[in-house]
Amino acid sequence: MRPLFKIVPDNTNIDFMRWRLPAIVFSALLVLGSLTAIFVQGFNWGVDFVGGKSFHVVLEEPVPIDQLRARVDSLNLGDATIQEFGAPNEFSVRLPLPPGDDSQSSAQVEQVRAAIVAAYPGARLDSVETVSGKVSQELATDGALALLIAMLGISLYIWFRFEWQFGVGALVSLVHDLIITLGFFAVTQIEFSLNAVAALLTLIGYSLNDTVVVYDRIRENLRKYRKMEIEPLLNLSVNETLSRTVATNGAVLLAVIGMVIIGPPSIFALTAGILFGVVIGTYSSIYVARFLLVPLGVGPDSFIPLEEDGKPKKAIDENAGAVV
Amino acid sequence: MLNFPRWKTIATIATLVVGIWLALPTLIPASFWSSLPPSVAPKINLGLDLAGGSHLLLEADANDARQLRVESMERTVRDAMRGERGSDDDIAIGDLQRTANSVSFLVRNATQVDAARERLNTLTTGAQLTGQRTWDIEVRDTTRVVVTLTEAGFDEFLRQSMVGARDVVERRLDGFGTREPTIILEGEDRIVVQVPGIDDPGALKELLGQTARLEFRMVTENFDAAEAAQGRAPVGSMVVPYANQQGFEVVSRQVMISGDQLEDAQQSFDQQSGSPVVTIQFNSAGATTFSRVTRDGVGKRFAMLVDGKVLSAPVINEPINGGSAQISGGFTVESANQLAIALNSGALPIELQVVEERTVSPELGADSVRRGAIACVIALLVVMAYMIMTYGSFGMLANIAVILNVLIIIGIMSFLGLTLSLPGIAGMVLTVGAAVDANVLINERIREELRRGRNVLSALDHGFKEASTAIFDANVTNVIAGALMFTFGSGPVQGFAVVLMIGIITSYFTAVTATRMWVSHWYARKRPTELVL
Repeated sequence: MRPLFKIVPDNTNIDFMRWRLPAIVFSALLVLGSLTAIFVQGFNWGVDFVGGKSFHVVLEEPVPIDQLRARVDSLNLGDATIQEFGAPNEFSVRLPLPPGDDSQSSAQVEQVRAAIVAAYPGARLDSVETVSGKVSQELATDGALALLIAMLGISLYIWFRFEWQFGVGALVSLVHDLIITLGFFAVTQIEFSLNAVAALLTLIGYSLNDTVVVYDRIRENLRKYRKMEIEPLLNLSVNETLSRTVATNGAVLLAVIGMVIIGPPSIFALTAGILFGVVIGTYSSIYVARFLLVPLGVGPDSFIPLEEDGKPKKAIDENAGAVV
Repeated sequence: MLNFPRWKTIATIATLVVGIWLALPTLIPASFWSSLPPSVAPKINLGLDLAGGSHLLLEADANDARQLRVESMERTVRDAMRGERGSDDDIAIGDLQRTANSVSFLVRNATQVDAARERLNTLTTGAQLTGQRTWDIEVRDTTRVVVTLTEAGFDEFLRQSMVGARDVVERRLDGFGTREPTIILEGEDRIVVQVPGIDDPGALKELLGQTARLEFRMVTENFDAAEAAQGRAPVGSMVVPYANQQGFEVVSRQVMISGDQLEDAQQSFDQQSGSPVVTIQFNSAGATTFSRVTRDGVGKRFAMLVDGKVLSAPVINEPINGGSAQISGGFTVESANQLAIALNSGALPIELQVVEERTVSPELGADSVRRGAIACVIALLVVMAYMIMTYGSFGMLANIAVILNVLIIIGIMSFLGLTLSLPGIAGMVLTVGAAVDANVLINERIREELRRGRNVLSALDHGFKEASTAIFDANVTNVIAGALMFTFGSGPVQGFAVVLMIGIITSYFTAVTATRMWVSHWYARKRPTELVL
């Protein structure tokens, strides 16, 4: 069986370096825009991180959302956030923490359940989540800690496997991806829940996956073509790994898109977050992670082990001088 | 490189077969497997978000626990100073005071300070391994003895209380008739309760929210009504409210009989009024006390309290022998039944509060499974079609590897008894995408080596060899992310991380090892001189 087509033609020679400046401007704008969205608009925090109650209500018949809102408001349990959830007879209802006493939260769930079932016979509460103030703070701290440690841990690993410049490049591109994906959550107002954190952590692992493959090729080429300038060498490495980047990310995108569209609405934050993260991670491993290596001073000598007298060894790679 | 030794082939095939075998019970309809015992055919555990059910996180109130501990020390001190029967053994004390963390008292006769200290010393123990005692005892101003709860002492108390609380919770869930609940201690002051299959845990929460400390106390009839309304009672008595918030009683500070002398509690109906009551039966020690106290107290009233609130305070008409009593107090059948279960399971040694609840109905769970499975299958099909189109036969190999990978993930999770949650399904879908990455890397590398003019054997050889470093490094970053998710994450994040980690590790095996085996056998058989990829 033969392949039907090649997604990326052989021996591409796209001059990615030429678009370095536009890429820097583009990244800077995205990061600034994201930061603005995060600070101005903020997140649509789920109960996981601010505490409170969240219900998934399924009614027998569709009802106007305002009518449901009026019923819930009449219970005087604070400002309710009500949204349609997947279908016109399904709603997500969110209520804040009761002021002062956390222990009431649990009792209020039963109050809401009783009120909704009384108003809409046959109604079902498909899912109920209540999180106390203390637990939600812990979840938030743990989530932030996990993100931070993941970024540092992975960057350290890259430093250990490559050189410090690569570690820094990886870290900067991770921060870049993370800020922009957070911006995505702020702009779209997708509920920021534990699932969103899982999406961010996946993004961190995944975006680095791409970066590592590219770094691995740069290292190989640095050893192979000792005389080549760094910029053409980076360009060559991008081009050589381009078909892999496109093929893999294509496969992942196809898999995740299905999950976003067909998958259960309750993990939309996870799947949509991963989808966006895959796109931004691909971009950043081509532009951010790679081209940062130039200002950081990666050059032809970066991977040449030193002799005992401090001078670089002669060419070490068995493939040195292979036909290009 | 491409020669694949026979033992490795056998080992690889054996691993694949075992992985698939383990996955079968989950995938094939239950009727086929029901004839086999579950140990032969473990099925994957579905998380509560897929199976439906309720997850409750209970937290102990540490302040309440501390107060309880110090209060009980106050009683212990009083008893210890009273000593054995007879007054010659008493150590006279006064000005017994209690703070949040300590109990202190004056020893009236200064020569007895050392004796008092000696008695208390025998009551404290070393807190496990910390080298600290559970209580510090010091003498201030020559006659004031201060007994302070140490942090190590409190921690030990908390730990013991939590273990006790877990047992009580377990007994209550049993009494409630829930099937296969999971009860786990978490951290130092929490208990996780997972009950599959229920979608309204309201009654369950009420049951677990009751401490169920049962006490019988004599009612004090001589008190100043105005003072008592202010919450002030005569010496040796205290004011306690009714459970229905209507009025109060003044009762003795001394407990007549407590719940730990209970043998059995049942919901029943009062013979005269027909209203629901709880009938209790004391053990022989409790029955003896009850009979003595009721004999001495005919005509007086005693109060029945649960968790510091009065349920009823009947008059003793005649001595009650046999140790049986009836608690009434405006019950419904349901609430009487709940109290009976709670009393039977013993009092919680510490008050618990529901701090997190996640409940998913079985309907929503089933819907999630259906949608998740469809998404998984569609992701598989799309990715497979894509791989065949881009890499032809080599794409087909990658596809077989991906399918095997999904099967092995399910097999390993079933075998290890891990739980598959909804985010876990998303993790599986992501793994499908990421698992082809290894094959993509290998295939691209082989293509590249062919372009450089290598012959087929050398290109295959280099393709596998050069690609594996990149594959390894790239996977390590994902495993690091997964491990951190698992360590710091909770609930959904952990469920996702488990699948991601297993998937990455198994994908290295299926995509690199197994694919290389197939390619090397194919090459050995065909010896192709040309390869189109």
